[in-house]
Amino acid sequence: MAECHPVGFQWVMAAKARGAAVVHVDPRFTRTSALADIHVPLRAGSDIAFLGGLVNHVLTQEKYFREYVLAFTNAATIVSEDFQDTEDLDGLFSGLDHETRTYDFASWRYEGADVTAAAGTKGSHPTARKAARGEAHGSGGADVTAEGLRVRTDETLQHPRCVFQILRRHFARYTPEMVEQVCGVPQDTFRKVCELVTENSGRDRTTSFVYSVGWTQHTVGVQYIRTAAILQALLGNIGRPGGGILALRGHASIQGSTDIPTLFNLLPGYIPMPHAHEEQSLDTFVEAEGTGKGYWGDMRSYLVSLLKAWWGDTATADNDFCFDHLPRLTGDHGTYQTVLEQLDGRCKGYFLLGENPAVGSANARLQRLGMANLDWLVVRDFSLIESATWWKDGPEIESGELRTEDIATEVFFMPAAAHTEKSGSFTNTQRLLQWHRQAVEPAGDARSELWFAYHLGRIIRAKLAARPADERDRPVLDLTWDYPTEGAHGDPDAEAVLAEINGHDADGRPLSSYTRLAPDGSTACGCWIYCGVYADGVNQADRRRPGGEQDWVAAEWGWAWPANRRILYNRASADPEGRPWSPRKAYLSWDPERRRWVGPDVPDFQETKPPDFRPEPGAQGPDALAGTDAFIMQADGKAWLYAPAGLVDGPMPAHYEPQESPFPNLLYGQQRNPVRDIQDREVFQPSGSAVFPYVTTTYRLTEHHTAGGMSRWLPYLSELQPEMFCEVSPELARERGLSHLGWAMIVSARNVIEARVLVTDRMTPITVQGRRIHQIGLPYHWGPNGLSTGDAANELAHTSLDPNVHIQEVKALACDIRPGRRPRGPARRELVAEYRRRAGITEQTGRQM
Amino acid sequence: MTDPAKDTGYQDPPPRMGFFTDTSVCIGCKACEVACKEWNAIPEDGIALTGMSYDNTGGLGASTWRHVAFIEQRRPLAMQDPGVSHDGIDDFRWLMASDVCKHCTHAACLDVCPTGSLFRTEFGTVVVQEDICNGCGYCIPACPYGVIDQRKDDGRAWKCTLCYDRIGDGLEPACAKACPTDSIQYGPLDELRERAAQRVESLHGSGVSEARLYGADPDDGVGGTGAFFLLLDEPEVYGLPPDPVVTTRDLPSMWRHVAVAAAGLLGAAALACVTGRDR
Amino acid sequence: MTGVATGRRRRGEQPMVPEAEFASYYGRPVLNPPVWKAYDIAGYFFLGGLAGASSALAAGAELTGRHRLARNARVGALGAIGLSVAALIHDLGRPARFVNMLRVAKPTSPMSVGSWILAVYGPLAGGAAASAVTGLVPRLGTLAGLGAAVTGPAVAGYTAALICDTAVPAWHEGYREMPFVFVGSAALAAGGLGLLTTPTGETGPARSLAITGACAELTALALMRRRLGMLAEPYRTGKGGRRLRVAQALTVAGLATAALGRRDRVWSALAGGMLLAASAATRFGVFEAGMDSARDPKYTVQPQRDRLSRRSGGVAAEVGEQEVGRVR
Ligand SMILES: Nc1nc2c(c(=O)[nH]1)N[C@H]1C(S)=C(S)[C@@H](COP(=O)(O)OP(=O)(O)OC[C@H]3O[C@@H](n4cnc5c(=O)[nH]c(N)nc54)[C@H](O)[C@@H]3O)O[C@H]1N2
Ligand SMILES: Nc1nc2c(c(=O)[nH]1)N[C@H]1C(S)=C(S)[C@@H](COP(=O)(O)OP(=O)(O)OC[C@H]3O[C@@H](n4cnc5c(=O)[nH]c(N)nc54)[C@H](O)[C@@H]3O)O[C@H]1N2
Ligand code: SF4
Ligand code: SF4
Ligand code: SF4
Ligand code: SF4
Ligand code: SF4
Ligand SMILES: [Mo]
Repeated sequence: MAECHPVGFQWVMAAKARGAAVVHVDPRFTRTSALADIHVPLRAGSDIAFLGGLVNHVLTQEKYFREYVLAFTNAATIVSEDFQDTEDLDGLFSGLDHETRTYDFASWRYEGADVTAAAGTKGSHPTARKAARGEAHGSGGADVTAEGLRVRTDETLQHPRCVFQILRRHFARYTPEMVEQVCGVPQDTFRKVCELVTENSGRDRTTSFVYSVGWTQHTVGVQYIRTAAILQALLGNIGRPGGGILALRGHASIQGSTDIPTLFNLLPGYIPMPHAHEEQSLDTFVEAEGTGKGYWGDMRSYLVSLLKAWWGDTATADNDFCFDHLPRLTGDHGTYQTVLEQLDGRCKGYFLLGENPAVGSANARLQRLGMANLDWLVVRDFSLIESATWWKDGPEIESGELRTEDIATEVFFMPAAAHTEKSGSFTNTQRLLQWHRQAVEPAGDARSELWFAYHLGRIIRAKLAARPADERDRPVLDLTWDYPTEGAHGDPDAEAVLAEINGHDADGRPLSSYTRLAPDGSTACGCWIYCGVYADGVNQADRRRPGGEQDWVAAEWGWAWPANRRILYNRASADPEGRPWSPRKAYLSWDPERRRWVGPDVPDFQETKPPDFRPEPGAQGPDALAGTDAFIMQADGKAWLYAPAGLVDGPMPAHYEPQESPFPNLLYGQQRNPVRDIQDREVFQPSGSAVFPYVTTTYRLTEHHTAGGMSRWLPYLSELQPEMFCEVSPELARERGLSHLGWAMIVSARNVIEARVLVTDRMTPITVQGRRIHQIGLPYHWGPNGLSTGDAANELAHTSLDPNVHIQEVKALACDIRPGRRPRGPARRELVAEYRRRAGITEQTGRQM
Repeated sequence: MTDPAKDTGYQDPPPRMGFFTDTSVCIGCKACEVACKEWNAIPEDGIALTGMSYDNTGGLGASTWRHVAFIEQRRPLAMQDPGVSHDGIDDFRWLMASDVCKHCTHAACLDVCPTGSLFRTEFGTVVVQEDICNGCGYCIPACPYGVIDQRKDDGRAWKCTLCYDRIGDGLEPACAKACPTDSIQYGPLDELRERAAQRVESLHGSGVSEARLYGADPDDGVGGTGAFFLLLDEPEVYGLPPDPVVTTRDLPSMWRHVAVAAAGLLGAAALACVTGRDR
Repeated sequence: MTGVATGRRRRGEQPMVPEAEFASYYGRPVLNPPVWKAYDIAGYFFLGGLAGASSALAAGAELTGRHRLARNARVGALGAIGLSVAALIHDLGRPARFVNMLRVAKPTSPMSVGSWILAVYGPLAGGAAASAVTGLVPRLGTLAGLGAAVTGPAVAGYTAALICDTAVPAWHEGYREMPFVFVGSAALAAGGLGLLTTPTGETGPARSLAITGACAELTALALMRRRLGMLAEPYRTGKGGRRLRVAQALTVAGLATAALGRRDRVWSALAGGMLLAASAATRFGVFEAGMDSARDPKYTVQPQRDRLSRRSGGVAAEVGEQEVGRVR
């Protein structure tokens, strides 16, 4: 965190100064470790075993927060007798279809829960599965029941099929011994962490987990986070001050770009993108995707308001509010799938608006080969990044694989305006929107994204309007595409866009909250969770009241979605009766006199719903939530220790080895995530191969930014980390004859790169399965262009992805390392080929389930 | 506390301003280095890998006015459990420290400057005036900390100005402003010294017995520094002199010796002419 | 770290980190070494000394009726001082920058003081030489000569204060002896110039001045080396050491030749040449020794450590592993 979120890390230091213990779990000793109380080096790719061990400790040592667990989690819920666990199937869950390599969630459901209602549409459809259902359900809107009250529970937590007992059995094998064997973490270190976490959780104390891509970039990335979620729910650390699981985000406003998504399978506000099912109407879609209970029960209001925002008056009840104007999914259209489509010649045009895949994406060579097969490529960036120049000076030109004169791709480079040159909002990891105002006009031809998108749309619409009417042009022609422009370059007014996102009622008055959204088309709203950011026609994201001038929650700095809530699910900060769990951790509480929830934050709950409220049988949406259903976005109002739906690779996490691991899976016969998303045309290494003996991970340095476009062209940053290097321990250096500041080449089945060697005590050998192993550290910022250059780590990475969100597994690779510089010219590919021969790699290697 | 501004002849100057750099909370993010370069428009200082841990800057110089040192040691840091283990040693710590001009109470650079280019500001800080500097280079070997240095282009000398062009307007220096963890604290020197003393106590209380202040003592060889530090190891480990002395402290004595020697020369010449026999 | 005690387990005996006699940051210098170019600055010291001492010699010669020696010494002084100022300006880059020195008068800056001394001495030396060559206004010439004779030794001596008034260990710590090394070397040079330029009939004073100068310089250097302890190393080893050994050899040889060839014009001239070279070599030696002592952190750290431990009652202060920062 100190490395990649240094400004945020000041609060960790503040907590430390007040006595907080900081534990850093990371294969490498980083700038974060330097300030931590305990650094726990573990084998990259083994965190589920580590966190699973913690869960097991909490369950076996009875360290869980019982009242909290009973009141707010689904621990008591009884699961269908059809469900079979990894315990029964040696690492597989019930419902696996070996043909399509997908799970059918039916057997995972709660007992008595009716999932057939949604059958065929929700989830079970293989192409839908490929399109990442789990992600598409955002805050776990996955339905588990058309009728909440039929779910059976056992408040004694004794029933053998209640979630709690299933959990106990599932995690029983995650013992300290197992943690030591799998992760390489000594048992006493592990126990120390267990004590710190449990002693610091309960009524009076809370523990928080902070993660970023060290947890996500795995073929089981989502399940990493699930394990932490289970742990935090058991310890009562969700919805309470000082608790939570804090996902540190990436690019400025990457959070915003999932809320109002750049993701192919989501509509704004985590409403799933409809699939190309025949005969699907607005109603059937909402019935299928919405939930009976909780706030997803109002999905129709959110969706209809969105359609009204996009197609305005054209969207009427008679035409399903232009529901058919929405694009449809035919399967996975993620980054890596798109590259394959390029190689197959199906994807002919490509926009790179602020992305440098020639360096930043796994198997960078594949990315470049894909781009070399396009008709046209548009790159909008600050500088001539590798993704804009690969066709004349990329590695494949050097190696002779590609010849510039043979490449038909027409490449357009357009200079982009930086955030200082345009107004707009950043949404950070706390869902906090902060407005930034333009400081200077963009120089030269540089223009903002808003300018580009708006004027491109304007011109396209003009062209379409000019040609003979065609039904399929309607979605574009009917769009509300009227933004006031300003400034020398005719930039659309960013606040006008914000106002559209916020939404308005029939009379055009700005809406104040998503609770005001209507299903009948009387309201328009571009993103339901952002509704209220422009309340009273005021840009709430532009509020700048200093923290010192308000209470500690600082509700008047910027604006947090939803409804300016700073802590989600904060109903859980009070006990079932609505009293604070403890004075020390008081946040929200029920005021019997005023009959409302009171506290420093906006209640994440119906404000006047009393703790003892019990819904009418058959109640729908929010009204179906009881006064203790704190997790209002969940279909059953509970925090899920067990996920009956929503995740494509299991209702509970299980440790699987990375796609390419030097080790067998000690926990189950199943080696890898059975439903991981393996891309075609990829070459994989065998597991446990002696040819690629070293665990390798990739990461960032404070001094650079991601694929380098924002740092490698700046002298002040380039001089701080001047070239690509690899980090190795003194022991590995000895073993491989590497010398400090000398050259090394790192080899995988995909490619070979070279890097200067940094021999450092910060890299430490660890003992896994009785073997002393070494890990190699590779920053991934470099490429051939710019002031500070080097080979890209992503040349080595493969494209086996997490099945839920399609993220690449760049955190746990297996490579070989040897002294010297890599071959130049054709010899580079020959070296890789030789390694493939030695490892006996075929098309089938690594693809078996 | 001696007030160099008063000694220089300022009529009731503002309180002496300075830095307390608490290296125990430095996270090595180098924001200070970059902020300094941005604000002062300092040229890039060479793009080369040094292999000195994460320090590719090397040290203070004409084009580096803030420098973050990185030190990897097989030594323990209080009760920290570093997790790493090499050759049977499971002690390890990674020290980081941001260095800067000390703005000495008795500043050798300023004393020896023949042109008056270096001067003492009303805040008690030491600043070079680039329009007056003639590049004589005298200040450079005079500095006991190796701070000020010459830019090869036209030979003039450069160093930290303690953001004279910011603090005059009540702004915090750029480096301190950018520091996320308040490792760099800017303020009236006497307040900073109090705060620092308390910090050392609390660190000692929590077992960091090696915490010590550097430059906070008004009785040291330079009369105490305007920018002082909390260190976790001996100064030389960070590239700082353990007991710096302002060279001009001995200047009077130097002149006395020169006078005697010169007189000697005159006498010797006279004597030679009187006694020297030509054949 | 104000973190809670994490009850860290210590695995038995901790093998100690190998301790070296001193610690440094990756062996980098603590100081920024002088940026002066040897030829300009050491040359400047030599020429300044030569000029100053020559003026003194010239006055003596004048008063004792050795007119040729006086004239040659005066002319030599002017030439030397001219060249020295040229060297100085070359180091600064532009003439205007030398003028800038006279912007202020700063007693705390030997360079400022020196500039003013030069400003006074230069014209006097010039006047003396001019009248000596042209034979015009001989009285004024004599007065100017006397003035130059009085200020000359200051010119020869102040440069010692100039280099000692720095943080360069081998220079600063030698500040007591350095002035004598410098004026001694100056006398040697002036004597040498006299021998080189003047017929044997008038070289007596030059010879004895050279002898006294040599004695002064060699004794001062010896005393300095003795007192400096480990800081004397740079004066014995490296470039500095080599230069100084050459200087000593030339001095001895020069004096011997001067003594033996005292009646022979050529031998005397040769001796003069050697002595001039000796003086120059001394200045370059001292200069390089200082540079070496600034470049190696041990010369900065070790003496300061010793000073500290002496202060804290001889308890050797704890020092860390050598080049503590090294990334293994
Ligand atoms: N200075 C700077 N800041 C940045 C960025 C940048 O490029 N530069 N990028 C931004 C972006 S886009 C993002 S997404 C975030 C990412 O922020 P982070 O996730 O912090 O970035 P990384 O360095 O990629 O990964 C973090 C750590 O994960 C460790 N790690 C690797 N494998 C494993 C594993 O299996 N388990 C565990 N526990 N740890 C592992 C790595 O050693 C590394 O130290 O940073 C953002 N902030
Ligand atoms: N091996 C490995 N690979 C990784 C990761 C890893 O940890 N290891 N991390 C992954 C992660 S988390 C991420 S986020 C990706 C990042 O990978 P990329 O997004 O491909 O890399 P960036 O360099 O962030 O590309 C962003 C580009 O946008 C440009 N830019 C900045 N602002 C603007 C703007 O306003 N408009 C336009 N048009 N352009 C702009 C920048 O100059 C930069 O070139 O890398 C991923 N790849
Ligand atoms: S770059 Fe921006 S987002 Fe990243 S740490 Fe610095 S301030 Fe925060
Ligand atoms: S540290 Fe050096 S440059 Fe800074 S004031 Fe002191 S003597 Fe001058
Ligand atoms: S270099 Fe410039 S600042 Fe330094 S002493 Fe000479 S004139 Fe003064
Ligand atoms: S005070 Fe100003 S000039 Fe000095 S280091 Fe900080 S930013 Fe640079
Ligand atoms: S900005 Fe602060 S924390 Fe970052 S390196 Fe500089 S002093 Fe350390
Ligand atoms: Mo990211």
